[in-house]
Amino acid sequence: MPEPVRRIVGKAAPLEMDDVDTDQIIPAQFLKVLSRKGLGKYLFYRWRFDEEGRPKEGFVLDRKEFRDAVILVAGRNFGIGSSRENAVWALMDFGIRCVIASSFGDIFYGNSVKNGLLCVRLEEEVVKRLRSEAAKGGLLLEIDVEAETIRLPGGETINFKLEPNVKRRLLEGLDEIEATLSEYGERIRAYEARMERFKMPRQTATPLE
Amino acid sequence: MAKTVLEKIWDDHVLAVRGEDEYLLYVDRHLTHEVTSPIAFENLRATGRRVRRPDLTFALMDHNVPTTDRTLPVRDEYSREQMRALARNAREFSITLFDYFSPWQGIVHVVGPELGLTVPGITLVCGDSHTSTHGALGALAFGIGTSEGEHVFATQTIWMRRPRQMEVRLEGSFKNHTTAKDAILYVIRELGTGGMIGHAVEFRGEAVKKMGVEERMTICNMAIEGGARTAIVEPDEKVYSYLDGAPYAPADEDWEDAKRYWDTLKTDNGARFDKSYRLDVSSLEPQITWGTNPAMCIGVSERVPEPREFEDPAKRRMVERALDYMGLKPGQRIEGTPIDAVFIGSCTNARLSDLVMVARLVKGRKVASGVRAMIVPGSMLVKRRAERMGLHRIFLDAGFEWRNSGCSMCIAMNEDRLGPGERGVLTSNRNFENRAGPGSRVHLSSPLTAAASALEGRIADPRKYSLASIDELELEWASPWIERNIIKPLEGG
Repeated sequence: MPEPVRRIVGKAAPLEMDDVDTDQIIPAQFLKVLSRKGLGKYLFYRWRFDEEGRPKEGFVLDRKEFRDAVILVAGRNFGIGSSRENAVWALMDFGIRCVIASSFGDIFYGNSVKNGLLCVRLEEEVVKRLRSEAAKGGLLLEIDVEAETIRLPGGETINFKLEPNVKRRLLEGLDEIEATLSEYGERIRAYEARMERFKMPRQTATPLE
Repeated sequence: MAKTVLEKIWDDHVLAVRGEDEYLLYVDRHLTHEVTSPIAFENLRATGRRVRRPDLTFALMDHNVPTTDRTLPVRDEYSREQMRALARNAREFSITLFDYFSPWQGIVHVVGPELGLTVPGITLVCGDSHTSTHGALGALAFGIGTSEGEHVFATQTIWMRRPRQMEVRLEGSFKNHTTAKDAILYVIRELGTGGMIGHAVEFRGEAVKKMGVEERMTICNMAIEGGARTAIVEPDEKVYSYLDGAPYAPADEDWEDAKRYWDTLKTDNGARFDKSYRLDVSSLEPQITWGTNPAMCIGVSERVPEPREFEDPAKRRMVERALDYMGLKPGQRIEGTPIDAVFIGSCTNARLSDLVMVARLVKGRKVASGVRAMIVPGSMLVKRRAERMGLHRIFLDAGFEWRNSGCSMCIAMNEDRLGPGERGVLTSNRNFENRAGPGSRVHLSSPLTAAASALEGRIADPRKYSLASIDELELEWASPWIERNIIKPLEGG
């Protein structure tokens, strides 16, 4: 169950790239886990490590000035591709609390909300500007989820928009399963009572051999 | 009010609306596999919850299973552990499992439709992005994450925003060795990897009507690569006959009831779409990707782009980076590029009709020496049906490896992969950096283009090759379950 997310304050790191797919965020070989813990070390693995697992120089999040970043300013279509929730777990385990981009892959976006990773959509021009500001190093942002604002060091404020349900979920950090069952259990049972037989799998089937 | 097929199914499953735009949908079918499920099951255990409807939930092993001899132990310890965990979880939560040894094992998006777990008009989810595939049968299908999967296990429902709707009209008819795969690659090339974000895509038009159900699965499968939330095609008689007799599909009077309902699942005249795209497939040529996402695609007779063609510096850098990763020279012809491997497989193109296509092209011909060519059937049932038709003999004679089923090189979680710097033509759906193994260079294409490339050891234009006829069984793929298909002896076998 995610913790409530109200305010995120911290350093921003620029990721100068569009179309970052979830295969890049965490390669498939690190999906063979039975626990979600400790995935941060595999974040952007192929960009940070060579084939023998030795660290490569120069990836933005490994540079001294960005190692403690909590906000990632990316490009267009961040998190497209595979549905692997490991992408969100890896980002969060690494310490990232918020990704800013001009658009997100749909499944990634949904997975983020469930885990309390804030995804902020902004106009491409604004994202570009934030990215170049962040690239100078040491850009501290203050994000207020309730007010839907990002405060820059100079006092300038950028507004963003969250879907009401996403905002509520981030602020409350609720156990969704419990909420669904207690508020809508009746309706679920009602559907099940009227569900046509032809919508159900035939129960007699077993393999022929 | 005029409705789309998606709206009809959506409305039938909405249990509640919350806030402005959040809907609680009942989930009629939940398919799950070994890779994205363990943490969901773990959380169920930790919170003392059960799977609400094990009878609507089905598990199988596909992502990291070896495709070699099934009597041998699974060498990779992590794969083995995930397979074991799924077996344990299926037992503990009373879920039907098609395990490594099941004759019905295969890739979830091949097995679902094949067994009749997927039928028109239902909602279906699976912890895999390519779940949009099932839309080809007129189901409303969504790929979901692990937390969402846990919610479905416990409640049999899912919270969803209503997707915007987009129609992709494919008109005309396929000519000259172009296929459904070429059409969807072209659509993504035109619209970009984000072109369908936030949208559910309905594929319509003359060319879609004329497609077989398996070709429709190919286009619905890859809609996700254009960012689509899901894809759907109106169900028709072809879908009914695909499902007729399938073990989990409705039977007897349920079958008649089902068909009456399925007949209503048409997009009404005058139904509105938020976005529209139209393509005449008649003039299409075979497509192949040159870069590191599925939109980086050209016709097989074209040249790869030159970075200097791009004004936008970010685009230019991306093209430079992709060419560099792929080891291609700016502006070079794609045709004739030497390759190391060919992979016919994946949830995009490993069904019987795909294998028949390949067999028709390679019959009596040989894979070029030095090329590793592998055919990984989409399911063990596809494999057996292909063998009944004698296709495996054509493949083996030509020099292909004939494997068991799984996701294989498409995701490279088992041993099937390309080495660093190796170049392959794959019939799968993603050509991202390192997708088929660290440093792998993947070109996506249709089964025909991949087959032609295997013969030449270079990226090849399939239009040079005539297609052999296989035999009269060809006409009878409609359903794997009709009796004559199962008992008919093989030609010469």
